[in-house]
Amino acid sequence: MTTAAVRQANYREAINEALRGEIERDPDVFLAGEDVAGHEGSFGASAGLLAAFGPERVVDTPISESGIIGMAVGAAATGLRPVVEVMFIDFIGVCMDQVLNQLAKMKYMFGGKARLPVVVRTTCGAGVRVAAQHSQSLEAMLCHIPGLKVVMPATPYDAKGLLISAIRDDNPVVFIEHKLLYRIQGEVPEEPYTLPLGVAEVRRPGTDLTIVSWSAMVHEALAAADELAQRGIHAEVIDLRTLSPLDAHTVLTSVHKTHRVVVAHEAVKFGGFGGEVAALIAEEAIDYLDAPVVRVGAPFSPVPFSPVLEDAWLPNRRQIVEAALRTMPARTGA
Amino acid sequence: MAVPPEVLLDLLVRMVRIREFEEAGGRLMEQGKIPGALHLYVGEEAVAAGVCASLNRDDYLTSTHRGHGHLIAKGGDFKPMYAELFGKAAGYCRGKGGSMHIADLDLGMLGANGIVGGGPPIAVGAAWTAKRRGRGQVAACFFGDGASNQGTVHEAMNMAALWELPVVFVCENNLYGEYTRQDRHQTVADVAERAASYGMPGVVVDGMDVMAVHEATHEAVARARSGGGPSLLEAKTYRYFNHIGISPTSSYRSEDEVAQWRARDPIETFRQVLAKDGVLSLEQSDALRARVRSEVEEAIHYAEESPLPDPDTLLQDVYSEPAASATGGA
Repeated sequence: MTTAAVRQANYREAINEALRGEIERDPDVFLAGEDVAGHEGSFGASAGLLAAFGPERVVDTPISESGIIGMAVGAAATGLRPVVEVMFIDFIGVCMDQVLNQLAKMKYMFGGKARLPVVVRTTCGAGVRVAAQHSQSLEAMLCHIPGLKVVMPATPYDAKGLLISAIRDDNPVVFIEHKLLYRIQGEVPEEPYTLPLGVAEVRRPGTDLTIVSWSAMVHEALAAADELAQRGIHAEVIDLRTLSPLDAHTVLTSVHKTHRVVVAHEAVKFGGFGGEVAALIAEEAIDYLDAPVVRVGAPFSPVPFSPVLEDAWLPNRRQIVEAALRTMPARTGA
Repeated sequence: MAVPPEVLLDLLVRMVRIREFEEAGGRLMEQGKIPGALHLYVGEEAVAAGVCASLNRDDYLTSTHRGHGHLIAKGGDFKPMYAELFGKAAGYCRGKGGSMHIADLDLGMLGANGIVGGGPPIAVGAAWTAKRRGRGQVAACFFGDGASNQGTVHEAMNMAALWELPVVFVCENNLYGEYTRQDRHQTVADVAERAASYGMPGVVVDGMDVMAVHEATHEAVARARSGGGPSLLEAKTYRYFNHIGISPTSSYRSEDEVAQWRARDPIETFRQVLAKDGVLSLEQSDALRARVRSEVEEAIHYAEESPLPDPDTLLQDVYSEPAASATGGA
């Protein structure tokens, strides 16, 4: 028996293929941002694109984040389909007015008469020793803004399919790439394909508890599930993939089955998106719960620099395992 | 330049339309019939009229919180404008935007803007599209002396100059950022000087003189259309009323100052010129004003009588797809 080998690629290459394919396919698509053209992106995601498509389609911008987002808003409202890069999600603080008050609201404020097909690509996440202004996970802040979609892929396969969908979507999408994921490998078909925004993926089926996660933390959740399995606990791991719109159905279906939930994310726990997931379950499925929902997230501090402090800050698989055990009934006779 | 009489008339009509629309709107706001707050353009009409007379229907425009005048000068229709101010379904934005977000994309008018300095980066994007399409469209970008201190204005000017985009930046310097005098919010008297930092032309014009504005814009628009890049035009003008509404009371400025600017009223001055030059008699301009006034009354009547938005439309147009699939929670 032979099986067709599915091509392997890393997350960065998957992003690059999505960009390349969409710029090639649709003359209205262009990529703009700081160092995206000549330098091929701070993380190499736009490698080869300037050479392939030229400076009108792959555009180096001044270091002017408000200008970059505003340019995308104006270009989109007049018919183009911009993909713009904010190098680190931390820098969204510099251009928040354009994101919050212009990009997200223009369609609604104009009574539906504007179309804003903008993708804001950005990077999140700690673990690379770049301290408080280059390491945050600020997705909760963005999910709180009606008008935006927020996508956080965890695998190379999802990164490609979700980015293509985001570019083809007629709404503003903030597409958040975790910087620790760029080198992870996975199956990535060479041809273009789309994955629907707003649909979660069950990464690992299980019966005893549900772990809801997204972005890099999905991999910690899967590792935690392996450990739990060794203790005879079968965890179901859900990767939300898109936070807004949220796939409530997949989460609730799992809760109906397992009756126990851990929500794990890298962002600061207080005010994090995990609270939204927990609230959803409390509102819609509290009668199914056999234990309180437990959240795992970072402590309430900026991301520290010193590796020993940063590692202490980062949520990890051990904390997910501990959280899972807290949801389980005390074993008698153990 | 020799300006044909029909262009002169057109300039007057644009100014009168703005004045009549705004004064009536302000009264309706003071009476509580129009909800919320209106930032009125009265006194500054020559700027919008002089600039927009050089624009085509498919040219773009970004505006400010004081945006009615820009939309009217770009060709906006009174009925959907008043309907929007009243919060009616027949409004330009179906009652979702109101005064501060009034827009008509069919006219290239990319919206009034509630954020001071919000518009200029958007004008850069529109001009980017224009350059890509190569059909000679331009983007006019209105902002005030107050906004000229926002970083976005500088980012936008730099980007427009860098990429030689067809933007005409128009600073409406009405001497006050809300209630703070220009000399208390910036050191230069002429915002146009800042153009030099971006290697583009910067010109100061008398914003109470519609012909001066028109001539300066004509040149800037011609440069932009032909690929010559952006310019900055600063129009010295004046807001007759306070930041909001029609009250002229002025603890922050003297009555004398207001009177001096009113003595140079752009509409009155221009109609005297047209009468003297035999283009339009004073009786004819009075008749024009009466016609516009009855058009205003008709549009207000239309807006008052038109239906309120259906509450079911509340969640429409947050996203492109139906609201049900776009909301997060179940």
